[in-house]
Amino acid sequence: MKVAITTQDNDIDALVDPRFGRAAWFIIVDPESEEWTAVDNRANADAGGGAGVQAGTIVADQGVGAVITGNVGPNAHRTLAAAGVSVYQAGNGVTAREALRRYKAQELPVVTTPTVAGHWS
Amino acid sequence: MEPRELVVISGKGGTGKTSVVAAFAALAGGAVLADCDVDAADLHLVLRPELGEPHDFSSRSCAVIEPDPCTGCGRCAEVCRFDAVSRSPDDEYSIDTIACEGCALCMRVCPADAIRMESVVNGVWMVSTTRFGPLVHARLGVAEDNSGKLVTHVRKEARATALREGLPLILADGAPGIGCPVIASLTGAHFVLAVTEPTVSGRHDLERVLQVVRGFRLPFAVLVNKADLNPELTEAVTADVLAQGALFARTVDYDPAVTAAQVAGVDVVTYGGRAAAAIEEAWNETARALAVTEEGDVSHA
Amino acid sequence: MLRIAVASGKGGTGKTTLAVNLAALLADQGHGVRLLDADVEEPDCHLFLHPHDESSAPVDVLIPVVDDARCTACRVCADVCAFNAITVIGSSVLVFPELCHSCGACPLLCPESALHEESRTTGQVRRGTVDRPGASFELVTGVLTVGEAKPVPVTKAVRAAGEREGADVVLVDAPPGTSCPVIESVRGADLVVLVTEPTPFGLNDLRLAVEMVRALGLRAVVAINRAGVGDDRTLRYCEEEGLEVVLELPDDRRIAEAYSRGELLVDALPELRQLFESMWRRIVNAVTAQEVRP
Repeated sequence: MKVAITTQDNDIDALVDPRFGRAAWFIIVDPESEEWTAVDNRANADAGGGAGVQAGTIVADQGVGAVITGNVGPNAHRTLAAAGVSVYQAGNGVTAREALRRYKAQELPVVTTPTVAGHWS
Repeated sequence: MEPRELVVISGKGGTGKTSVVAAFAALAGGAVLADCDVDAADLHLVLRPELGEPHDFSSRSCAVIEPDPCTGCGRCAEVCRFDAVSRSPDDEYSIDTIACEGCALCMRVCPADAIRMESVVNGVWMVSTTRFGPLVHARLGVAEDNSGKLVTHVRKEARATALREGLPLILADGAPGIGCPVIASLTGAHFVLAVTEPTVSGRHDLERVLQVVRGFRLPFAVLVNKADLNPELTEAVTADVLAQGALFARTVDYDPAVTAAQVAGVDVVTYGGRAAAAIEEAWNETARALAVTEEGDVSHA
Repeated sequence: MLRIAVASGKGGTGKTTLAVNLAALLADQGHGVRLLDADVEEPDCHLFLHPHDESSAPVDVLIPVVDDARCTACRVCADVCAFNAITVIGSSVLVFPELCHSCGACPLLCPESALHEESRTTGQVRRGTVDRPGASFELVTGVLTVGEAKPVPVTKAVRAAGEREGADVVLVDAPPGTSCPVIESVRGADLVVLVTEPTPFGLNDLRLAVEMVRALGLRAVVAINRAGVGDDRTLRYCEEEGLEVVLELPDDRRIAEAYSRGELLVDALPELRQLFESMWRRIVNAVTAQEVRP
């Protein structure tokens, strides 16, 4: 099942963006073939409230089974949980490619509660 | 290298938060400064930056009624929950741009397609240059809301500036209150210093804003400014916040040099005095705490 | 009824000090005064006035609720929401109450009529009685629940409480700044008293506050707290802008200490009463002058 990785640029070798809702890009990748596409989230990253809801809906619509990111707030967490998407935390300063490798090696911690408090606008 | 971000907040205004941030800027030895108090941005008054290019900021849209297609049916006024649609004596409808929250419901229900949404420029932001480092600051248009979004933008630019210039620290002058702007100042930060004063209202407001900080599970410390104004209350506040998990609580006694520095347009460290020495000690402790939370950040990353 | 709002471009300038002391003084003079604490994020008037017999009423906003039996997951609600407060994942609708502005778009535009609205509490309006020697007055306090981001509905509820009969002077302690909740607090005031300190920060923030008051078509006067502490730029600015200075409260450590203990200045330092009395006369004159203007 496909995976979404939040990144700072539109490339699988870009660094993981530690924010979920306000990430610049989502790299949507098939872990088997490692074929990937980039989804632009920059408009949402600049939006006011509800970035987590919007981002959660975008990745759910991509049909992914998991998200790899830094932190998720309560709204994003609820949206992703409703879509049955698991959330994994990548470490600091790693590329999406490296995060994917660790995910496949089952080295990434899974997140079952929001990791940061919400931000409402 | 991800920059570390220290946010200085106060709950209540007038406690000396901005003076503390300016002093820290002088002591940090290279940081990006972010003025998140966009409603009443004052940091530039003591840092005297060389102003950067101003950029427009737009965070909301507002309904506009075209008079030509409008048939005057009044459906827009009926559905608006914000009292933003008004009717002139000669039956012309218009939108109060201050009251409009941009929900676009009027546009959607207008049978004559006479309403469109337009984005509103409601602030400016810039990256200026100070002798202590780049300063990202902004100004919200008067009578504008959504300052939380501008705060988020200032912090985003501060982070980008820190990455671009290889600076390890962002020093943010946080927004007042407990609502959206302060929440926007805190989200994703690494360490919080709350500046308060030993007054009944200072204590009350500190309690409320620390509830917000604890909601974020952020490490925090407290600086009691003008501590000698009410030594008993200073002691009580200090004990309170340590019991609530503050990493440390420091005090700074009242010193007329703080206001004198402001009048002279410099930070209090440059100006000198008793308060400057106490603030320097608080900075040293804050810097140590930032370093420690960095090591302890693995679970959070 | 006279409506006077007390505001300031930045916090900590003495806005609450001015409001609570003026309210007490007016009650002492026999005025039917009501004080509204509209600084709902940090309401502090009660710390100085110790109201008793407080009653509390919830402030409710409306949020959409889904009727699953009718919902077809068509996504119209999510598409029309300007605030990302409702989304559709698979066949279920998720509502995010903290993001909702209660605009009413989704229930009105849902093609299946599958949404209705229910109340959600985001704050309180407290009413209490403040006793003064020989008289008492009402303090109405708006309190935003900690963790809630939207103060305006609470501010509106406080203002509505001020419209009730039974007072000839309504004083409003507005939040600091120039944004939405401030505007909601000062709307409809006969005069706005802007409190500042004669410092560079104070002056910068006063300019913004004056701009806001003028944008709203209201009239302002200025009260200077800690007079003598900084420089004379604030007085010069007021003169240039034609802003009357109705009070200069001296920079005096005894004032700061009384404030720190939550004491009223009109009680702790009775010699200051005449300053507040003369401020009130100037406020009344300013309002009257405005009314007779062509």
